[in-house]
Amino acid sequence: MDHRPQAWGRPRDDVYGAYDHSYLQNSGPRQATQAPIVTGTSVIAIKYKNGVVMAADNLASYGSLARFPDVKRLRVFLDSSVIGFSGDVSDMQFLDRHLTELSIDEAYEDPSSDSKAGQLNAANLHKYLQKLLYKRRNDFDPLWNQLLIAGFDGDSKPYLASVDLRGTSFTSPSLATGFGSALAQPIMRRYAATEEDAAKLSREEAVEVIKECMKVLYYRDARSLDRYSIAVVTKEGVELKEDEQLEKQSWAFAEQIKGYGTQTV
Amino acid sequence: MAAMFSQNPLMNGPNYSFNDAPRTAAPEGARQHRFDPYTDNGGSTLAIAGADFAIMAGDTRLTSGYSINSRYHPKLFKIGGTTADQKDATIVLSVVGFAADGEALKERLDAICKMYRYRHGKPMSVKACAQRLSTILYQKRFFPYYVYAILGGLDEEGKGAVYSYDPVGSYEREQCRAGGAAASLIMPFLDNQVNFKNQYEPGSGVGHALQERERKPLTRSEGEILVKDAFDGAVERHIEVGDGLQMMVITKDGIEEVLLPLKKD
Amino acid sequence: MPGFDFSNYNRNAALHARGVPLPKATSTGTTIVGCIFDGGVVIAADTRATSGPIVADKNCEKLHFISPNIWCAGAGTAADTEFTTALISSQLELHSLSTGRKPRVVTCMTLLKQHLFRYQGHIGAYLVVAGVDPTGTHLFTVHAHGSTDKLPYVTMGSGSLAAMSVFETQWKPQLTKEEAMKLCSQAIEAGIWNDLGSGSNVDLAVITADKTTLHRGFVKPNERTQKLKSYVFRRGTTAVLNEKVIKKEEIGNYVSVEELAEEQLPGGDKMELDT
Repeated sequence: MDHRPQAWGRPRDDVYGAYDHSYLQNSGPRQATQAPIVTGTSVIAIKYKNGVVMAADNLASYGSLARFPDVKRLRVFLDSSVIGFSGDVSDMQFLDRHLTELSIDEAYEDPSSDSKAGQLNAANLHKYLQKLLYKRRNDFDPLWNQLLIAGFDGDSKPYLASVDLRGTSFTSPSLATGFGSALAQPIMRRYAATEEDAAKLSREEAVEVIKECMKVLYYRDARSLDRYSIAVVTKEGVELKEDEQLEKQSWAFAEQIKGYGTQTV
Repeated sequence: MAAMFSQNPLMNGPNYSFNDAPRTAAPEGARQHRFDPYTDNGGSTLAIAGADFAIMAGDTRLTSGYSINSRYHPKLFKIGGTTADQKDATIVLSVVGFAADGEALKERLDAICKMYRYRHGKPMSVKACAQRLSTILYQKRFFPYYVYAILGGLDEEGKGAVYSYDPVGSYEREQCRAGGAAASLIMPFLDNQVNFKNQYEPGSGVGHALQERERKPLTRSEGEILVKDAFDGAVERHIEVGDGLQMMVITKDGIEEVLLPLKKD
Repeated sequence: MPGFDFSNYNRNAALHARGVPLPKATSTGTTIVGCIFDGGVVIAADTRATSGPIVADKNCEKLHFISPNIWCAGAGTAADTEFTTALISSQLELHSLSTGRKPRVVTCMTLLKQHLFRYQGHIGAYLVVAGVDPTGTHLFTVHAHGSTDKLPYVTMGSGSLAAMSVFETQWKPQLTKEEAMKLCSQAIEAGIWNDLGSGSNVDLAVITADKTTLHRGFVKPNERTQKLKSYVFRRGTTAVLNEKVIKKEEIGNYVSVEELAEEQLPGGDKMELDT
């Protein structure tokens, strides 16, 4: 028995060689986030006549492992905007804390007024987050996320925009991150190709389109889940449901499939 | 027979074979950042200077890889107005390349123009603004703004002025310039149609005695036609160009903006 | 020895290691799809071929003939899809001649996967194989590495996800011919509008037990817009430094023609002449 307690439970040097402490050194380049670890997949959103609908599933993956099946990735800001997070979950939680601080500061600014007029709207929030993410990319310490921001702009018109880890931002009648940009965006563009088309959609239609997209994403995205959150932003506020279950899935075609080639039984 | 093509999507295509690894390998112990702060968001821009006007144009598609992020993301910005909507601006900046850098550059230049007006009580001349833009770009010589910028306006004599830049601030005043993804497709067309390059007067001589076709300044409508035709051509042959054509014409009466449809495939 | 010529392999590998890039192949960025209906199968493709971000061909053909009742839609490297389908088409014809039976889709699929597997993905052909034979209607995908799949509806290429979004929302069992054609054409259009690697028109082929109908340009939603100006140059605009006209009669002044004696003829055998 080794008489030095500090060696107990450690790999034996004579068997494994001396322990490599190099990862503890803080000389050399600073180790910023260099790759996302625990991640959330697509977020999708579409504008309609009087608001925006957004959805994301409740899964946080660790590589190909479905690690945390109950993580909420939609966040309400000041009861007037919604932010959807895809990408690294730890960076999402950092942003979440940061936004909580920001919203408290906002509330202190003008405690007497209960109107939303002076508060940060979705367009302001989007600009703020874009500057934040762009600053972090300039420092080579990126926040590994792509965000969707939904709500209303200064003219009280529905607003939907995206920001990614490099600070690239853009808007569109419908938006999707990650896998959704390839799978869900074509579906949403069928209903809202232009702002004019989006302005004709009713709330029910928009919700239906989003649900259809979430179903297709669950069929084809291996990092997705059938439990999801959905938020509807209207002028009255945000209605967020965080434990929805995908409905009316169809796996009927699977019964007829036999093998992958010449098999017939 | 070592694989000539990497199956690793990060390497994207041809791999190094045999023993010749990249010679730019990081020194011993240093770890390379996996984060790439740049992307190319595609698109193309174009500017033509006339006798008493300048035309600036750009498509409105924003891409990343093979997908379209947005079908309407302007590349043209009015610079140095006194209000948020820039309705009294006299200078237009076009940016193409990495969209986040483009946005940051536009906001820097706009802020500087506003400060200039505040301090000197007069708007910045295009010449001064052009010189300042060059300085801004060169300040980031070793972490450049990855953008091809073009600045347009009217000079002190009221003539159309177009200044074009490379990403690190080398600039030149020109008659016309195309920038971005389809620059190599559009620029030869402009050389031929604006500056009449490779065009000679039929029957004006033999061999080297042949007279070049005389250059004459374009009218505004001729310029606008060339811009539209140039983009219609670029859309046919470049996958990253399309959706919409944003055009701004700067005259002594202000800036007129036109939006025309382009093919969406 | 049949097959590929590898005699330049070592030279190319050495050049490549020194930083000489590989020549860029024309690839068919592509959306291709296939869908089975009651009584046959439909395959469809877009018509854009790209070389990097440049459109190499605005109206190329991605539906390849294998046999009258079997057709292939190809994505990936244009040359590989072209030659692989032609090679297997020829082998299948010989096989059919020697057995005296109609070619089968499974035979075609097996030949393709064995050929592609042998080359370990270096032949960049991604195919949708479809056909009707005496054993029924069949639809397969074959990947460049040799794996295959058998499904009632399939998509491939850079626009495969956009096209799949259409199938996953609209597909149902027991489609009619018209429904299947409409579905496939919508799937290709999803690729045309949403995927930059795909564009221009929709080509579509309907295969049934008694015939195959190829609809080249089934939908043409991307006709070129008319230019606003004519760019015709006046004759003589291009500079000509000097000019020399050689008439047909004078060609003998530039080419020497010599009669060779018979023993000087290269090769062993005397040429056969028609008399």
